[in-house]
Amino acid sequence: MAIETALIQEKIVQKFANKASNFGMQKDIFSFEITSDSIREVILFLKEEEDTNFHFLTDLCGVHYPDNTIDQQFCVVYHLHNWIENTRIRIKTYLNGAQPEVASISDIFLSSNWMERETYDFYGINFIGHPQLKRILNMDEMVSFPMRKEFPMEDNGRTDKDDRFFGRTANC
Amino acid sequence: MSELLLPPEHRYAKIINEKRNDDGSEYSILNLGPTHPATHGIFQNILLMDGERIVEAEPTIGYIHRAFEKIAENRPFYQITPLTDRMNYCSSPINNMAWWMTVEKLLDIEVPKRAQYLRVIVMELARIADHIICNSILGVDTGAYTGFLYVFQFREKIYEIYEEICGARLTTNMGRIGGFEREWSDEAFRKLNVFLEEFPVAWKEFENLFERNRIFIDRTVNVGAITAESAMAYGFTGPNLRAAGVDYDVRVAQPYSSYEDFEFIVPVGKSGDTYDRFCVRNAEVWESLSIIRQALAKLPEGPYHADVPEYYLPPKEDVYTTMESLIYHFKIVMGEVPIPVAEIYHPVEGGNGELGFYLVTDGSRTPYRLHFRRPCFIYYQAYPEMIKGSLLSDAIVILSSLNVIAGELDA
Repeated sequence: MAIETALIQEKIVQKFANKASNFGMQKDIFSFEITSDSIREVILFLKEEEDTNFHFLTDLCGVHYPDNTIDQQFCVVYHLHNWIENTRIRIKTYLNGAQPEVASISDIFLSSNWMERETYDFYGINFIGHPQLKRILNMDEMVSFPMRKEFPMEDNGRTDKDDRFFGRTANC
Repeated sequence: MSELLLPPEHRYAKIINEKRNDDGSEYSILNLGPTHPATHGIFQNILLMDGERIVEAEPTIGYIHRAFEKIAENRPFYQITPLTDRMNYCSSPINNMAWWMTVEKLLDIEVPKRAQYLRVIVMELARIADHIICNSILGVDTGAYTGFLYVFQFREKIYEIYEEICGARLTTNMGRIGGFEREWSDEAFRKLNVFLEEFPVAWKEFENLFERNRIFIDRTVNVGAITAESAMAYGFTGPNLRAAGVDYDVRVAQPYSSYEDFEFIVPVGKSGDTYDRFCVRNAEVWESLSIIRQALAKLPEGPYHADVPEYYLPPKEDVYTTMESLIYHFKIVMGEVPIPVAEIYHPVEGGNGELGFYLVTDGSRTPYRLHFRRPCFIYYQAYPEMIKGSLLSDAIVILSSLNVIAGELDA
């Protein structure tokens, strides 16, 4: 009882011919890429279309690929789910590294409101049309986007955290 | 007075200034949390109130944000379980097992039936522990301390079973890639059997105390009701969604760890109010007990973990005496075990909804990206909508019936 992946692919290709690419199964989830300018229309289409009816947004998150070309340095990943046919799909869209922005889907799926805020908070991806795009887990005064790969983890050489004070011998 | 609490440019300050009631009264602001004992965790809500009624609410979260996703990007797979423990700390074994199953899906590891059944048992125990906390605390918030005292010792008993299995109680860090670290002891099974005998009696008593209780019904029926449509729109999953009448359960929709072998029903409510959420959780506890009994009855013999020595550290005495163990130990510690490049999403039915791990690997020992789909985080955004127009005391009850766990909310 699952929607044929070929059907989803056919519908997408029919409607958004040159916007979609890289169709394929990744383990158990059918995934494909959509150019960032039409992601909103595609998600709306997949939700409203009777045959696909992806009515539930499971997850939305960002990924940072600093080694890609400038136009593909950020990725927003959407997981949609059709509970009736029990089919999941994954849609990815790549964004520009210097100015990552994509249309918000918070009016299509109310649940994406905080997920987009979280993605903005961690990656600085600007969701155009979001009603209240501000930080959610980090403090408002923060200036950097901590999940970007260039954001450093804690410095291993910190001297104020000397292991000897905790009964261990120093590692040096 | 409002100027003292909020900066004048704040939305609420404007609303208060613009709207004054005919009798001269005005809206007031109440800061609920972050560390109020009634919120059971660190959540702040700035409430705009008309007397005792809530006009608007603005939640602030992130007070215990610990950047687990960032930390996970710098840790090998087997060191990520302790992080998952600390998300939904009321049912950490579910998180642990979900993480192992994600890794096993990535590495294409077939887990032996016995390990799968043992996992089902421990996950259902965790679900019971989670629902004990949620429902009994809901009782406390409506003014009934007794029920809480009846059932809370059984959470302790569950923790003792965990202790027999893995040595830890709250943050369990249980299992490893391919199964468990060790065979369950006889003592663990003995304690489990005692639990299965004693707990249903107490749970029945607990149910009797509440389900037809006039005060409890008055406090919970039609409080914080949410329709199925808006629950789905807000991304509800788990008991909160099922209370609204949608029978979506990951254990049924996408069975993992042999859940397809067991007979159980998915309890659903009707109105999605606090009372239905309470009843759905009560019914789920009975189903969990039944699943545990079935799993114990059908528990197959066999190994308790898959034969994948390249993914877990060998026993220390073997490292010093056998060549293979030494090699595996070295390879694991130095991170020379091959990891496929893939993208995995693995959902499980957590204590309060669909808990998912989205894992992107690039062939190195650490995840390239690990995202936790935390059910609490997603459905908590409906909270301001749900408490709009209700009384302050109802807001407390709604919050505890949603079972929002601060650790999971903030990750």
